[in-house]
Amino acid sequence: MSGRPAAVPRFDSIGGVRDGLAAVEYLADEGIAGVVYLADRLSKPVLVEGPAGTGKTELAKSVARMTGSRLIRLQCYEGLDESKALYEWNYKKQLLRIQADSDRSWQQLEEDIFAEEFLLTRPLLEAIRAAEPVVLLVDEVDRVELETEALLLEVLSDYQVSIPELGTVSATQVPLVFLTSNNTRELSEALKRRCLYLHIDYPQLERERAIIETRVPGISQALADQVARIVRSLRGLDLKKHPSVSETLDWARTLVVLGVESIDAEQARDTLHILLKYRSDIERAAKELAGAETPG
Amino acid sequence: MLELLAGFVTELRAAGIPVSLTEHLDAAEALSHIPLEDREAIKYTLGASLVKSSAHWRAYETTFEIYFSLRGPDYRIDGEEDESADDRTASPGERGGAPQGLAAGGGAEGMTPEELAELLYVALLRGNPAALAAVARQAVSRYAGMESGRPVGGTYYLYRTLRNLDLDGVLDRLLEEARRSAPPVADGAASGEEELAGTLTALEERLLRDEYQARIDELRREIENEIRRRLVADRGSEALAKSVRKPLPEDIDMMHATREELVALRRALRPLSRKLAVRLARKRRHGRRGPLDFRSTIRHSLSTGGVPVDPKFRYPRPSKPEIMVIADISGSVASFARFTLHLVHAISSQFSKVRSFVFIDGIDEVTSFFEGADDPAEAVHRINTEADVVWVDGHSDYGHALTVFWERWGEEVTPRTSVLLLGDARNNYHAAQSWVLHDLALRARHVYWLNPEPRAYWNSGDSIVGEYGTHCDDVVECRTLRQLERFVGELA
Repeated sequence: MSGRPAAVPRFDSIGGVRDGLAAVEYLADEGIAGVVYLADRLSKPVLVEGPAGTGKTELAKSVARMTGSRLIRLQCYEGLDESKALYEWNYKKQLLRIQADSDRSWQQLEEDIFAEEFLLTRPLLEAIRAAEPVVLLVDEVDRVELETEALLLEVLSDYQVSIPELGTVSATQVPLVFLTSNNTRELSEALKRRCLYLHIDYPQLERERAIIETRVPGISQALADQVARIVRSLRGLDLKKHPSVSETLDWARTLVVLGVESIDAEQARDTLHILLKYRSDIERAAKELAGAETPG
Repeated sequence: MLELLAGFVTELRAAGIPVSLTEHLDAAEALSHIPLEDREAIKYTLGASLVKSSAHWRAYETTFEIYFSLRGPDYRIDGEEDESADDRTASPGERGGAPQGLAAGGGAEGMTPEELAELLYVALLRGNPAALAAVARQAVSRYAGMESGRPVGGTYYLYRTLRNLDLDGVLDRLLEEARRSAPPVADGAASGEEELAGTLTALEERLLRDEYQARIDELRREIENEIRRRLVADRGSEALAKSVRKPLPEDIDMMHATREELVALRRALRPLSRKLAVRLARKRRHGRRGPLDFRSTIRHSLSTGGVPVDPKFRYPRPSKPEIMVIADISGSVASFARFTLHLVHAISSQFSKVRSFVFIDGIDEVTSFFEGADDPAEAVHRINTEADVVWVDGHSDYGHALTVFWERWGEEVTPRTSVLLLGDARNNYHAAQSWVLHDLALRARHVYWLNPEPRAYWNSGDSIVGEYGTHCDDVVECRTLRQLERFVGELA
């Protein structure tokens, strides 16, 4: 652990984190705030998992905004490799350099063309080299192949990148790292071990209501309450895909635009397609919400 | 504290959660950064550093609740502290207008069952957490009938308490009350609709029901905690942890799963099948290279003076296997068959064709059920209600079912077909007719038998898996999702 640069704690307390996040309109619960706080204190990356649309990416963005750091984002996809995640040598520029003075010895030239000047930094290296505080977001890390995950390991555990021609580049400051995963496959043990784990689930009723009230301007308390409760009922059903927080917010915004004061069954049915994205789900939900005589 | 943590880690490992040494160290370091008097914070801290999968979270929570609840039976102060904590939380509730909540917090021993029921009703109606906790405590001391020193996990106590409380009845009463007191204003707003006066709209009723249901669930959790707390006080946390240790979803024995476990299994099945499909698709794309393309290699070698520097390969075209599933769906193994059918059909894109047959003593093809349905669970449900599988008496008859299969569908088994037989091979002493399997094995590419019974029980009683097994390529013990996943993964 000695290789790590000394970290200056960003946060005073767990409560501080929560208040800070609330100031940038992200309502964290005890668990989220606690893990973010620990991530800073322990200088460890956070692996965030959970259903789609529960604010995993938003969390990283909000933390960046709250701490006034720059957000560097690495979007993962199948086929992502070193040259797109870490660094790449700028071949064209190197070639030009070689052609520019062809009379120098190879030795001199080699030293020359493998200098920082010819290095193209990609998100991971950029996050390491940044002088100012940064938040690094590695989005949807489960999309890369198992082998590519290994690329991340050195960066995540030691905050350094080894470049054969240059040596090791260590971080001048410890970036806060968030990795998000939609759980389409099991991540490797090695990666999990290096991270703190945070599972963000659908929020409880009260928190969801608060989120709606903060994020949707001009919504009445009664409507927010009703929206949150309907969404909770929908999540209780056995649907293909449950409505996410972001979809809930979209729905609430729509209702506000439509000038709805309180939702009745018909309005709910007509706007359900904003919440649910499968035909069978929509039909099912419409039936459940309208069907008065549920057996009980 | 370190010693405590070490004990906790050992306990987690015993519960089946893999905790590595580094994670243990991290947890220890993390603890030094948080206020130790905050129990919630400790819970999340340890969770974040020790548990790295959401599927394990429930097991973690249970272990945590037990391990870090009141420490030790002789540590009576904790009990009082708990009491006072409750009073503290009760006081704001009291301001909210629930004087009964306070009465219960004070420990009203002489309450009649009616009073308790009334208290429960009011607590649920108001949704006041402190009052709920008080009711839970009262209910447990009144109804659970706990005896000290018995090595049980508390499920029975829970059952007994809940039965006496009659929560369904309370729910009905709550709804009734809500209907009665529905403000006429709400109806006025929706005046155009033809509704009975004084009733709620369907939507409102639905929402109310869910709201009350949520509160009742809250109460149930509270009762569970209360029982657990008392058990810990009685026998100490280590002993209790052992008896309530629940298997992780992927380790649940499918044959003997409780209803609650079945729900957990079903929930685990969907992400599992998705993951399996992704993994198989990837394997298919990257895993294999086609055979050497001799002609192309020679052609390309011309540019290097006839030296085959760069061997060329044919485009890989791995054939997808064709699957026939023949499943016993009689009572004893029904849930196993259901899960297997569900899983196989959920990843059916990885096979060129999947056909399913179910039997008890008669046999029926159910492939069409899966074709229309976009959710395998639905099809599985239809199988239970519609498939024609009873021939004589509704007791498993493997011999007859296999013979009929061979007569009606035997022709359609090809050398590209893998046949999966699911069942415990408990034949109720009917004729085995194992020649069918022998002939089947000659025709098909593979014949596998998946048996949901533990290996030790095979060939005992009326189980004749050994006799059938001689004709199969492999007989696999398949009791948990983990084993099932492994088998299906290798199959594709």
